[in-house]
Amino acid sequence: MADDLNDREYPFGPPDEDVVAFGDGAVPGRPAGVPSSYDRGKSPRWTPEAIAEAHAVAQLGRYQIRGFSTFNTRFPTLDDLVFVPATMTRLPLEGYRESCDTKTVLGDRPGLVEQPIELDIPIYIASMSFGALSASAKAALGYGATKVGTMTCTGEGGMLEDEREASKILVYQMTPSRYMLDLEHLRMADGIEIVVGQGAKPGTGGVLLGMKIPERVASMRTLPVGVDQRSTVRHPDFLGADDLKVKIEELREATGYQVPIFVKMGATRPRWDVAIAAKAGADVIVLDGAEGGTGASPELLLDHTGIPTMSAIPAAREALEEAGLADEVKLVAAGGIRSGADAAKCLALGADCVMIGFAALMALGCNSPRYLDDYEALGTSPGRCHHCHTGRCPVGITTQDPELEQRMDVAAGAERVARLLTAWTMEISLLAKACGKSSVHNLEKEDLRALSLEASAFTGVPLAGIDRPYTW
Amino acid sequence: MTAVAYVEVGDRPIKAVNDDIRAAIAAGNEVVVTNTLSRHNLGIGLPDGAKVRFEGSVGYYCGGLNNGAHIEITRDAGWGLGEAMAAGEILVQGYVGMSAGASMRGGLIHIRGDAGPRCGVAMKGGDIIVEGRIGYLSGFMAHAGRIIALGGAGDACADSLWGGEVWVAGPIASLGVDTKVVEPEPAEVEAVEKLLASRGLDDAGRDWKKIVSAQKLWYFDSRDSRAWLMI
Repeated sequence: MADDLNDREYPFGPPDEDVVAFGDGAVPGRPAGVPSSYDRGKSPRWTPEAIAEAHAVAQLGRYQIRGFSTFNTRFPTLDDLVFVPATMTRLPLEGYRESCDTKTVLGDRPGLVEQPIELDIPIYIASMSFGALSASAKAALGYGATKVGTMTCTGEGGMLEDEREASKILVYQMTPSRYMLDLEHLRMADGIEIVVGQGAKPGTGGVLLGMKIPERVASMRTLPVGVDQRSTVRHPDFLGADDLKVKIEELREATGYQVPIFVKMGATRPRWDVAIAAKAGADVIVLDGAEGGTGASPELLLDHTGIPTMSAIPAAREALEEAGLADEVKLVAAGGIRSGADAAKCLALGADCVMIGFAALMALGCNSPRYLDDYEALGTSPGRCHHCHTGRCPVGITTQDPELEQRMDVAAGAERVARLLTAWTMEISLLAKACGKSSVHNLEKEDLRALSLEASAFTGVPLAGIDRPYTW
Repeated sequence: MTAVAYVEVGDRPIKAVNDDIRAAIAAGNEVVVTNTLSRHNLGIGLPDGAKVRFEGSVGYYCGGLNNGAHIEITRDAGWGLGEAMAAGEILVQGYVGMSAGASMRGGLIHIRGDAGPRCGVAMKGGDIIVEGRIGYLSGFMAHAGRIIALGGAGDACADSLWGGEVWVAGPIASLGVDTKVVEPEPAEVEAVEKLLASRGLDDAGRDWKKIVSAQKLWYFDSRDSRAWLMI
């Protein structure tokens, strides 16, 4: 019993309680005998943010929806990888002088497709729907991409005339919802993308809130004006891999074996999913990591589903190699790519091409510091706006409001997109040449080193200095 | 008199079969396709004015993306019959599998037997007539168009419709979410009966249940604009 411990007496009698209690104040401002948790109060679990979230949901009674991409701070970034350029073991190319091939071919699976897609650069503009984006934004992306020899993708809402006119090369996206699926549109496309998932919300269909469904969007999607559209995620007429194989053949029959068939998926189990899609006959696999953006999604799916782009690419590459299809099926990586350096790292990790969404919107003016009052009305500010879902985009990109739409100048927007793509291509080739590569497609995992155990473990890239990948 | 061209399926590559069908149509023939062996992807994206009869059963997606052709299947059809068709007509003398008329936008599909699950799923227009019973989840998330079932419906009938109509004569195992059964207007009944009569299905004595969207799933419950704006 601990009570017994106090039975003994000091030879000098009991001390003064005031002195025992640091009467002179051992911890400034704190009452005697009070532990430090008294004024700290910081639960690592119930953070002020977590408490506020519970309060908000308790009032709202449903999950929250927003645009943009994950806010989960635990995702690794591509900044955890660095290039190790040629030094003694390898010979660099002249970064400012020598040429470096950036041509990128998609859908050149031998003997299957009459017209593979040839891009001048290893970057193209991701599928973003008319509906999520204004018609002007779609057109600007198309003109900008075309200027530098690359392509765009329709997104879920059907083929928009403005985009078909603007984009020399256009991939038609066939989502489970099949809005305005039209044989002529399929035949007007330079490629067809079957969507089985997306990085922002794998396993769940698209969202377009009523504020973004005026007459033109509604008629293209055969929807009542102003409904909160939540799309299906399962295709209406196929379920598994065996069916997908038949579906791919159907699309080839419908388009006369002219154009490549893409399969787009969110990154969840790429080691298996990519192998299955490749064996089902896809010419191109688009792998969208969990950092991928969206116009609207239940927020929890952005933050808590899918795996990082960085970790998905090497797994997908391994899957293709194991299936013996690495030379036949092309791999496009997407999801949170913010710079030419990010893009180059994706190529080195095993992608043949990258696809960018929000980066291209940034070029159009997303989050640019203009129309500050309108940002404020949304409760946000330039640099942290993620309110695409509201349709009140202050800079006129993710909106269907004619007045807001006018704020984005199509010609200037297109030019900025073209310049961003040019700059990024220069960045990728600069890194490639430093690594001694005369083609950006020769970048490889060996050109990278990891700065963190985590990045090394996720990717198999050797740790900096020790030159061995982290293994178990 | 239009000439009839015969195309044999058997174990030939499906591309060769479809190429032959397209060539025969282009040459102005009616086409009879024989020895179909339930092969997939027969007669995809056929053009307006074409007339094709498949003698036997067909696999997945027969008549898919039909652009106006008149197609007949003398026995049964697999999944996704006439998926995404824009115009034309498909007649099936037997039964069909899952997702007949998935996301179709126009034209008519007429099935003499029963249809499997998800008949008319995601359809955007046109008509589907099923003389037998439609399977579970038929009409799931359809946007527009009309499904007419003369022999009843399985579970979750007309689940989550955006729009469109499901007409059922005969027993319905259960209704899907966000549906309501409404009393059809006499003019609507007349239009449906007229369509059926044009297919040789006259019967004034049918007890129709017309099912439409209850429109509760059109919106989230808590539709507070501030909540959408300030997150």
